[in-house]
Amino acid sequence: MRVADWFEERLQLKRLLGPSMTHPVPRSSASWWYVFGSATLIIFVLQIATGICLALVYVPSTADVYASLQHLNYEQTLGWFLRAVHFWGSNFMVAMMSLHMIQVFLFGAFKYPRELTWVVGLFLLLCTLGMAFTGQILRWDQDAYWGLGIGVAMMARAPLIGSSLVHLVTGGPIIGAETLSRFFALHVFVIPGLLLALVGVHLLMVLKLGINEWPMPGRLVARDTYRERYEEEVARAGVPFFPVAAQKDIVFGGVVILAILLCAVLFGPYGPNGPADPTLIRTVPRPDFYFLSLFALFALLPPYTETFLILVGPVVAIALLIALPFLAGTGEKSFRRRPVAVVSVIAIVLILGVLTYLGAKSPWSPVMDAWSGAPVPVAYVKGRTPLELQGALVLQNKQCRNCHSLGGEGGERGPALDGIASRMTRDLLIRQVLQGGGNMPAYGNNLSPAEVTALVAFLDTLRSPRDAAARSPVPPHPPTR
Amino acid sequence: MCDCGVGGPAPPQAPLSRRSALFTLGVAINAVAALLLGVPLIGYVASAIRRRGQQAWVSLGPVSNFPEHRTRLASYTNPFTVPWDAKTADIPCWVRRLDGQRFQVFAINCTHLGCPVRWFQESGLFMCPCHGGVFYEDGRHASGPPPRPLYQYEYRIRDGNLEVRGGQIPTLSEPV
Repeated sequence: MRVADWFEERLQLKRLLGPSMTHPVPRSSASWWYVFGSATLIIFVLQIATGICLALVYVPSTADVYASLQHLNYEQTLGWFLRAVHFWGSNFMVAMMSLHMIQVFLFGAFKYPRELTWVVGLFLLLCTLGMAFTGQILRWDQDAYWGLGIGVAMMARAPLIGSSLVHLVTGGPIIGAETLSRFFALHVFVIPGLLLALVGVHLLMVLKLGINEWPMPGRLVARDTYRERYEEEVARAGVPFFPVAAQKDIVFGGVVILAILLCAVLFGPYGPNGPADPTLIRTVPRPDFYFLSLFALFALLPPYTETFLILVGPVVAIALLIALPFLAGTGEKSFRRRPVAVVSVIAIVLILGVLTYLGAKSPWSPVMDAWSGAPVPVAYVKGRTPLELQGALVLQNKQCRNCHSLGGEGGERGPALDGIASRMTRDLLIRQVLQGGGNMPAYGNNLSPAEVTALVAFLDTLRSPRDAAARSPVPPHPPTR
Repeated sequence: MCDCGVGGPAPPQAPLSRRSALFTLGVAINAVAALLLGVPLIGYVASAIRRRGQQAWVSLGPVSNFPEHRTRLASYTNPFTVPWDAKTADIPCWVRRLDGQRFQVFAINCTHLGCPVRWFQESGLFMCPCHGGVFYEDGRHASGPPPRPLYQYEYRIRDGNLEVRGGQIPTLSEPV
């Protein structure tokens, strides 16, 4: 105790921090709904600690980065564990921050006088996503290399400044050594510095403006009365932040850290997935999960809208989020009386969820080895004529299966071919194969007439005996044989 | 005794103006320092922009490596590299030899978002693993979201070697 007093006499921390720690907050805010922000902060501290440790071994040089990551995974004592904690920490940080944002939005906490707190929070979100992306690049594996390629291709679509932007980001004419160094500097110095500064401002405003009270339906926010009523409520029925409100933060934060450690132990570190050697082109690049929704969007948007949406979409989305507290800064706070807010959250979560699922599944991508790896189901070759069997071979050899599935195996880019004969006549099949159309390339130049005849003969057998064969809506041609 | 000390109740007029002159000088000195430091800082970071558009002829190997009517994967070492670039400086490309001295050399990058396209000899198609872009053997767009045909390198034949002009990552704003 004497030691504590000795330090207190000199540091005077109690006098400095005491009032902040014990300042009264609304009793209603000492709730389990108010723990996500502090949990995000705790994970940030965890990320700093593990990040510094990883930087002790990690080498940001394209020549050595892969070896240094392998060394971390397999040689360095507990290197695998720290990499795993850092990776799972990043996932949890993005998730926790999203929960915090949803809670703040639904509870109307962005309204007067906390508009700036919301805006700073948005920049914290952008910085965190920036950390997630740059961190993924530092893995410098095939996903990182080609993910960066996707980023570069997106920036290059900007008119006039496109190529300058590309060169500024890659640091040179290609994605290479200078690119990795740039992303290392961003991930380790620039963005964490911004994050620390913004967290400081964010917390300062939480202290100065008070924690948002639990919103009561019908209790409207007005600029001239809100602060008075808030002060009055806190003075009348407030509880000290520490320990009454903070104890739930402490419990939840601890549980989150334990969950991260558990995930790290159970699932281990992620990657690196193959060295970033551009000549190894047998790769299927995919981003980490927080960018899968974006990845999916690029496959599903109509191509003519893409450049516009890539360049304008994010700007508009961020501008709207910044404008939110200025457009709806007063009035009803409770989500019980803000149906548009609730529906927006549900819609955004559903859209992002579905896009992420689709991004993970990527049904639009050809399955590159289906033609040689997925055999024609036995039932589809039983009792077929030699010509039809030859057609089944053409189907495999011409890589049709990369985009078309049979018996549930193969690509999903085009329709499944089981039962195709109940939907398309022979003539339609020939036309589709030769000329393509829809999303299908034309095969006219790549198939001999004999191959087309065999292929269509086989496709013509693909229907369940319960279904009738497809019929032409116009009278059939006179028989050609 | 000078009464220009910090915190002392300063009489108005003369000392004040001297103090404000010193303050102005301080601002001016720091403005000059900021300029002298800021310009090199920005110049250093942005120098990558000025280095754009660099191209050089690089060899893909003897013409005889590329049989007629076939498309083969080739690669060159990017001419503008740093010593620790290692593998990332090896840039792949698809070489299609039509006949004799006629070639088409395609960049590996899909014109949609830059992923590496793969050649399928049997169906005569390039397929992209990311968003399902497909190109014909001559680089024309066949299906999917790509907005233009595959990027093509300029090529020439010198001393029996196939050479292309390469040096930077091809994008929609700087196609090869």
